[in-house]
Amino acid sequence: MDLLFEFFSLQDPNIRYVLAGTILLGVSAGALGCFAILRRRALVGDAVAHAILPGVCLAFIIAGGKDPLMLILGAFVFGLLSMVTMDFITRNSRIAPDASIGMVLSVFFGLGVVLLTFIQTTGYVDQSGLDDFLFGQAAAMIGHDVLVFGGLSLLILIIIIIVFKELKLISFDPSYARSIGYPVKRMEFLLALLMVLTITAGIQAVGVVLMASMLIIPAAAARYWTDSLRVMLLIAAGVGAMSGVTGSFISYTAPAMPTGPWMVVSAALIFALSFLLAPGKGEIARHFQKVRLSHKVACENVLKTLYAMEEEDGRTDRVRPGNELRKRRHLARRKLKKVLSTLLRKKLITWFGGTPDGYLLTPAGRKEAKRLVRVHRLWEQYLSQHLQIAEDHVHDDAESMEHLITSEIEAELRKSLGSPPLDPHKSTIPYDSDEENTDNGTTGLKSRRKGGTS
Amino acid sequence: MDMKTSGHPANPPLEVHDLTVAYDQKPVLWDIDFELPERSLTAIVGPNGAGKSTLIKAAMGLIPASSGYTLIFGKPLDKQRHCVAYVPQRESVDWNFPISVMDVVLMGRYPHLRLFQRPGRQDKEIAMNALVEMGMDAYHKRQISQLSGGQQQRVFLARALAQDASIYLMDEPLAGVDAATEDVIFLKLKELRDRDKTVVVVHHDLQSVPENFDRAMLLNLRMVACGPVSDVFSEKNLQKTYGGRLNILSQMIEESRQQRFVREQDS
Repeated sequence: MDLLFEFFSLQDPNIRYVLAGTILLGVSAGALGCFAILRRRALVGDAVAHAILPGVCLAFIIAGGKDPLMLILGAFVFGLLSMVTMDFITRNSRIAPDASIGMVLSVFFGLGVVLLTFIQTTGYVDQSGLDDFLFGQAAAMIGHDVLVFGGLSLLILIIIIIVFKELKLISFDPSYARSIGYPVKRMEFLLALLMVLTITAGIQAVGVVLMASMLIIPAAAARYWTDSLRVMLLIAAGVGAMSGVTGSFISYTAPAMPTGPWMVVSAALIFALSFLLAPGKGEIARHFQKVRLSHKVACENVLKTLYAMEEEDGRTDRVRPGNELRKRRHLARRKLKKVLSTLLRKKLITWFGGTPDGYLLTPAGRKEAKRLVRVHRLWEQYLSQHLQIAEDHVHDDAESMEHLITSEIEAELRKSLGSPPLDPHKSTIPYDSDEENTDNGTTGLKSRRKGGTS
Repeated sequence: MDMKTSGHPANPPLEVHDLTVAYDQKPVLWDIDFELPERSLTAIVGPNGAGKSTLIKAAMGLIPASSGYTLIFGKPLDKQRHCVAYVPQRESVDWNFPISVMDVVLMGRYPHLRLFQRPGRQDKEIAMNALVEMGMDAYHKRQISQLSGGQQQRVFLARALAQDASIYLMDEPLAGVDAATEDVIFLKLKELRDRDKTVVVVHHDLQSVPENFDRAMLLNLRMVACGPVSDVFSEKNLQKTYGGRLNILSQMIEESRQQRFVREQDS
């Protein structure tokens, strides 16, 4: 608790530096990552992040120790080199992009590990802090580092804000962008450059092994909360910043802990929460949507059953006992009760307390039931007429489609079929009586229907 | 705003010269040469794999051509891109992209904006009007994945309208749309023509051509015929376009592909 207070009171200038650095990094990586995942280039980011390791090592060798500017230069050169190599392989061979990404990632990283071992074994280079570049150590950042790495993040952020409109267009519809004369190739190169820069900015705080997740995870989490690119960028930036704070805090309290993994773990936690809780797109919301849909289907099926009973004995004034409904629909008692109470509330059925007690369709309920039976039979007719599906095969399909057919689709069906009087099983297709239907032979049903509406 | 070249009345809006396209795995186009006048509505028709989409993509410089060039009002395409509105195939973009209908249509205003300049109030009005024209104004705030196929196509057309171009090149705008959308689109195409635009549409349905278009281009790897529908829609031309394989030509294409005789150009 004391540590928490000490950390967030920001008294220690070192904490201020570290926080500024990781927040800026989280924000810029989160925002840029949105473009990476929307353009399906997330894996490229991972490859680039791994591929900068040899650049980092070479920077150590050349500078004879840790020098942030040299590091950035080395990382940048190798990041770019790896990107060019991937592109070159894909263009000039029959190797698919995923294979070329995999090759570049492992070969460059392997080379980096070789150099790393070389530095560690020869010992004539001051190697302090070199290990930190694998998994990141934000706590090791001092004023000068933060200025360099944080400044880089800030630069990336400013560029994204300036070219937001152009990035949006080339990410959504590159061929249209080219058709209006946008320099798409150059913009794509700029994006690639920004990606390399972001990854470079993250080598100190997050490390090369995990840097790609700071591009991917915040953006993936943000996608759950919004359908607007601008908002998605803001949320991803926020998620990145939060992970930055958590990661730095943990590596501050337990200095042996590397920052990168903790940033990734906290980002992943936020992703998991988004995956579960986001309204509309989250799994829990979707589960309830499914429950609602299945309830709606059950309600519609009970309406249809009531209507079928009326069709069988031709009587609209006979109450139908709940038990009979339950038997016909194979519904559990509790479920049926729920369904009936919904239908009662919507005034689609009424309850009569005589003996036997039971339910009766209201005019509105009958209209709805009729609509369901109608679209069911129209769909069957459509399948057998236009798709030549045998009439004994069409029922099951119609049983699910009837709940989905909208009034527009119904209109199209009727247009294409010419409002047929009968379905493939020779059952009457019930149309509403206020419609013109000269070829409709269901006068009996029609006259009963009139009694119901008046 | 209308960049029509009143100064060059002699130059047709769209000229394509000797366009040849070759790239692996896909059919090629041989020596396509045509020009189209103002106030025309042309259907590009031909069998699957005839190179219809390839033709307009290559004419727009979106895929590399082995030879040939496009002139717009007598000037090179790259100087005149703002007067050409291209409507890509609907499937060419990710409709799950986090973007609203209005934002897509606003992209039609980008050619009128400087780099880095954001669309202003006037651009938004123009985009909104384009949506009204396509009957999609009620949907302007929707995310694009919530649209039906026909509605998505209308949004693409609204974007082209917002561009306020002189030439419209559309890649299968009528593929897989509902009947209502089809009516709206045909109506809009005719209206554009009547506003003196040059409209070119890659089209898959031969039957609806005579009724809805005034010119047709019959294409099957090479140009079979191009001109007013009444002239080119003959039994003989259609037979040439759709009937049988062009044996020697397709053999040569196969041959060149295998030997990588025609190398694709890097874009």
